[in-house]
Formats: sequence, C-alpha cells, structure tokens
Amino acid sequence: MEKREYTIIAETGIHARPATLLVQQARKFNSDITLDYKGKSVNLKSIMGVMSLGVGKGAEVSITADGADEKEAIEGIEGTIKNEGMAE
Amino acid sequence: MTLKVSGIAASDGIAHAKAYLMVEPDLTIEKTDISDTDSEMTRLTEAMDKSKEQLTKIRAIAAESLGENEAQVFDAHIMVLSDPDLIDQTKTVIDNENVNAEFAFKQVTDMFITMFEGMEDNAYMQERAADIRDVRKRVLANLLNVTLPSPATIEEEVIIIAEDLTPSDTAQLNKKYVKAFVTNVGGRTSHSAIMARSLEIPAIVGTKDITERVSENDMLIVDGLEGDVYINPSEDEISAFNKKAKEHDELKKEWDQLLNEPSVTKDGKHVELAANIGTPKDLESVKNNGGEAIGLYRTEFLYMESTELPSEEDQYNAYKKVLEGMGDKPVVVRTMDIGGDKELPYLKLPKEMNPFLGYRAIRVSLDQDSIFRTQLRALLRASVHGTLRIMFPMIATLPEFREAKAMLEEEKALLLEEGVKVADHIEVGIMIEIPAAAVLADQFAKEVDFFSIGTNDLIQYTMAADRMNERVSYLYQPYNPSILRLVKGVIDAAHKEGKWAGMCGEMAGDQIAVPLLVGLGLDEFSMSATSILKTRSLLKKLDSNKMKELSEKALSECTTVDEVIELVNQYVEN
Repeated sequence: MEKREYTIIAETGIHARPATLLVQQARKFNSDITLDYKGKSVNLKSIMGVMSLGVGKGAEVSITADGADEKEAIEGIEGTIKNEGMAE
Repeated sequence: MTLKVSGIAASDGIAHAKAYLMVEPDLTIEKTDISDTDSEMTRLTEAMDKSKEQLTKIRAIAAESLGENEAQVFDAHIMVLSDPDLIDQTKTVIDNENVNAEFAFKQVTDMFITMFEGMEDNAYMQERAADIRDVRKRVLANLLNVTLPSPATIEEEVIIIAEDLTPSDTAQLNKKYVKAFVTNVGGRTSHSAIMARSLEIPAIVGTKDITERVSENDMLIVDGLEGDVYINPSEDEISAFNKKAKEHDELKKEWDQLLNEPSVTKDGKHVELAANIGTPKDLESVKNNGGEAIGLYRTEFLYMESTELPSEEDQYNAYKKVLEGMGDKPVVVRTMDIGGDKELPYLKLPKEMNPFLGYRAIRVSLDQDSIFRTQLRALLRASVHGTLRIMFPMIATLPEFREAKAMLEEEKALLLEEGVKVADHIEVGIMIEIPAAAVLADQFAKEVDFFSIGTNDLIQYTMAADRMNERVSYLYQPYNPSILRLVKGVIDAAHKEGKWAGMCGEMAGDQIAVPLLVGLGLDEFSMSATSILKTRSLLKKLDSNKMKELSEKALSECTTVDEVIELVNQYVEN
C-alpha cells in the first residue's frame, strides 16, 4: 500500500479540469485508489465521489493506492497533481 | 389551412425548411417490484452501454462539425456514465429493494444531484448536477426505449423549434444545416437572438407556445423580417415567400455595394460604424460587413468558454489576434463583464436574488483584482499590435473608474520595468449603462477618454424592467424620450470636454434610433456586424441638420415612445 499527503494550493481546489484529470489518471491503474479528506474516503476513480468531497484551497488530503501497480499509480497521480498545480 | 404564429423578429431573413423539435420526450417513470434483479441489472448495464455509445458518436460528430472545444462537454458526460460509484450504488438499490432499474437509477442520481446542488457556494457543482441530469435523461430514455433529440447529429436542413436555446444548446448545432431558430421565450437581446444574428440566419423568439403548435416533420416558413412562422404553408404561400426572400436578397446585395464605402450622411457628415464581437472568430463577419472598427469586444467569452480562469498568455493571444486582424482600426475591448446572467462555474460567485443589480463586471474586477490585473497585463502587452482602447463596464461612480485606471497604470509601470513594450497612448473609457453615470457624465467626461453607451442595460436600469422578463418587455423602450435625454446628456458631456461618445447596444443599429442618434451627434455606432451595411445605407438618406431638428423636436415635444416613432417616420422617407 502506498500513501501520500498533500496540501491543496490551487484556487479552485480539486474541481473542474483538475478533478477530471485526476480521475482519468486514476482510471489508468488497476490498484484500488482512494482520496481521503476530513475523515471521508472516496474512490478516486469516481468523479462523483471526488466532487462530493468538495475539496477546496488549503485542504489537507491523502491519496492511497493498493494493488499490483500501486507504486506506478501513486507516482502517476502525483505527476498530475503537480503538473496541474493542485499541490506542491 | 396554414397556421400562423407570431413572435419577436430577432434576426432578419426568410427560411423554408423542416421543423426540428428540440423538445424532451416524456420520461416519467414508475416504481415496480422486481423479483428477477439480475435481469434488471442487465437492463441497466445495456442502457448505460447504449448511452455511452450514443454519446461517443455525438462527441465525434460534434468534434468534427463544431470543434474540439465544444465537443469536450460530452467527455464530462461519458465520465459520469462510467462512474463506478454511480453504477455500484444503483446496483445495490436494485438488489436490496427489489425495484426496477429506472427507479433505482433515478433514486441514486437524485441523491447526487441533491448533494451537489446543496453545495450552495459552488457554481461548478451546480453545473455538474446539470451534467448528471443530462446523462440521466439519456439513460432513462434508453431504459424506456424513447428517443432524445440530439441536435449535434442533424444532417439535413432544419428549423430549430425550442423552448429556449442556451449557449450549450447552440454549441451542439451544426450551423451548416440550421436555417432558422424559433423559440417560446426570449427577446431581441437574449442569447439565441444574438447567436442567430451572428450566424446570419433568421430567428423569431418569444412566440410563447411554438413547441406546442409544431410537430416533427412539419414544413415551416420563418419570416424573420416580420416575426411570423407559417406552419405547413400552401404552394401559393411558399412562392410568395420565395419572392419576398429574393427581394430581401436583392436589398442585401444593394447593401453589399456599400462594403468599402465611407459611412456618411447625405450631407457628407462622417460617423464611425463599428462592430460588436465576442471572439476573434467574429473578425471574418466584421470584414465581410465593412466594419470600420470594433466598438465592443466582449471578453467574457474567454472566461465562459473555459473550464478555468484563462491565463495571461491565452488572453494575450486572443487580444493580439483581434488587434492584428483589424490593422490600424481601433478596437474597444471591454474588460470582463461576468456575474449577472453570465456565471462562471469555476469562480465561486454567490447566487443572488437580483444578479443584474449585484456583484458583476467592474464590481467583481475591483474586488478580485488578481483576476482583473491578469487581464490588464494581457491587454497592455497586446496593445503594441494595433490601436487598443480599454473600456470598463458597469461603472457607477468616479472612484470606481479611478481605482480601475490606477490598477491599469500600476500594471503598465510594472511591465515597462520588466522591459515589456506597451503602446504609448491607450484610450481608457467607460461604458455608460448605469443611469447614475449617465447623469454625472459631465464630471466623468473630464477624466475618461471616451464613453460608450450600453443601451441594453441602460434601458433596463432606467425603466426598472428586467429585459429577460417577457411580462415587462413592453418597457424595453429605446426611443422613450427619457432614454433619449440620458443619451443626449452623455453625448453633450463628452463633446464639451473634446471626447467622443459611442453606443454599443442594440439601439445603435436600430433603424428608428439611428436618425435620432445622428441628430444627437453620436460619433460611433457599434452593432452586430450584420447590421452595419443596412445602417450605412440608411445614413446615406439622412441629412444631419434635418436629423438635428428631428432629435430636438423629439426631446422637447414628444411625451411617449409612440410619438417619437411617428415623428421619426415623418422625417425619414422610406
């Protein structure tokens, strides 16, 4: 299991294009991937789940990948997060 | 017998084609108890797969005919369709409650919609709720075996019949096949009307019930000159309208002769006929219609067509394109006018009771100045590529103008410090659309370089009548003496300080208003590009001294809008 933590710095939080890109990226991997925020955990492959969290600027979130390709998954997702300027 | 339905003529021209109803089928569902839940799950999966297939096809057609940007709406829909939470939860409901797939799917999507819509501070969530509604419609239609209208796949000439057309509806239309619009609601300044004029196709809005009068496959004639729709016309009527269409075409050809002619009155007085545009794409129409300038570049489309704030670079490129496209001719760029009826999903603007009287345009810009400064920097950088003029919208007070102008000066100084080139002199003006600014125009005129009167809003604010509300649409009176007095005050105030005054609302291209405005001494008329040649042709018939007499008489003697119209008709021979 791989886990990383981020502080969201993007003005719009995880919404709009960034949310879509994160879900698209997560769907490329077989591992179970979750996004945790404020004690709630959602499937990062579900756009509805991700949006239901309402992650705004300044939020502390963690992302967990569990499965055969968990290492690639967590790296891939971190790439999206940084490229899109969601967190540093 | 032919049925005739009348509405508001929103865009010139005559069209004859088959009706295409953009009307939703009945998607009422009932709850039924199911014992074979496995087969319900299969039905669900099949309906979702079928929906995905349809959307993929629509997306491909849309990408080809409308462009990649417009097609991206459908990506969001496809993503919702393949959402694991949505599918799993629906299956759980079917399984646990032994209910039909339609009911379970509606229940689960309802839950998500309620949840998203409940996040009140977030317009983006509202839009995603709308996405879910859209997708749900398609899945339910497939479960119920009914067909949804899919305007993106139209492949023959049609006349679109709809309740109303939103920007996302029109984005899906293949302009090649759409010959006209007719809608139940709306007025001359509603989105569908503006869209029709920029596409140069006839449109009639505000018919109230056209969707109930017309059936699929009815043949229609749309007379955009009079605002009439004829349903299943006779052969005689068709030939009569073909004749009328031909005459209109000839008139248009006559106007086309004026393409490179100067815009002068009979006695040789020159005024500037400029165009209103929304995107660099509109430049083509400006050229085809002989526009002498851009009097209003509405930059909010840059913000509305994007899923996030447009970057300085994206904005710079758009502004540069427009400025270069116009050569030496001036381009008045209006800084962002968002809020009001123009919501941005990614910018969390609060929902307001009275959006037109609320947080919009310069009020947002001054409050969220980092967004505004990005736009100012992009504009300043682009200024070296042509003749840029900057206009601030919705200015009510002088301190607002001073603050906005100070920000512009600060950004200019910063850019120069960074070694970036900026044009030496950029005219900075304001849009006059708030009565307070019109009344105080003499004071404003000392500090601004120009005025541009935005009549659509000035009229609605002066008459206290929402221009989207059909029940009070009779109060949209451009020629009311009260409006004319405000306009005169603004023009006189500008001239007294040696500045110029223009107009960029619908009124500037209105054939009744133009004689009055010529008489009042308006310097620049900015309108839909398609109205320019018609107006140039009208100008040639007007004597400026006579029009001065007309406007003085209208202001001193007329008490109502009808009296003004009568007076204009007396003065202007046809």
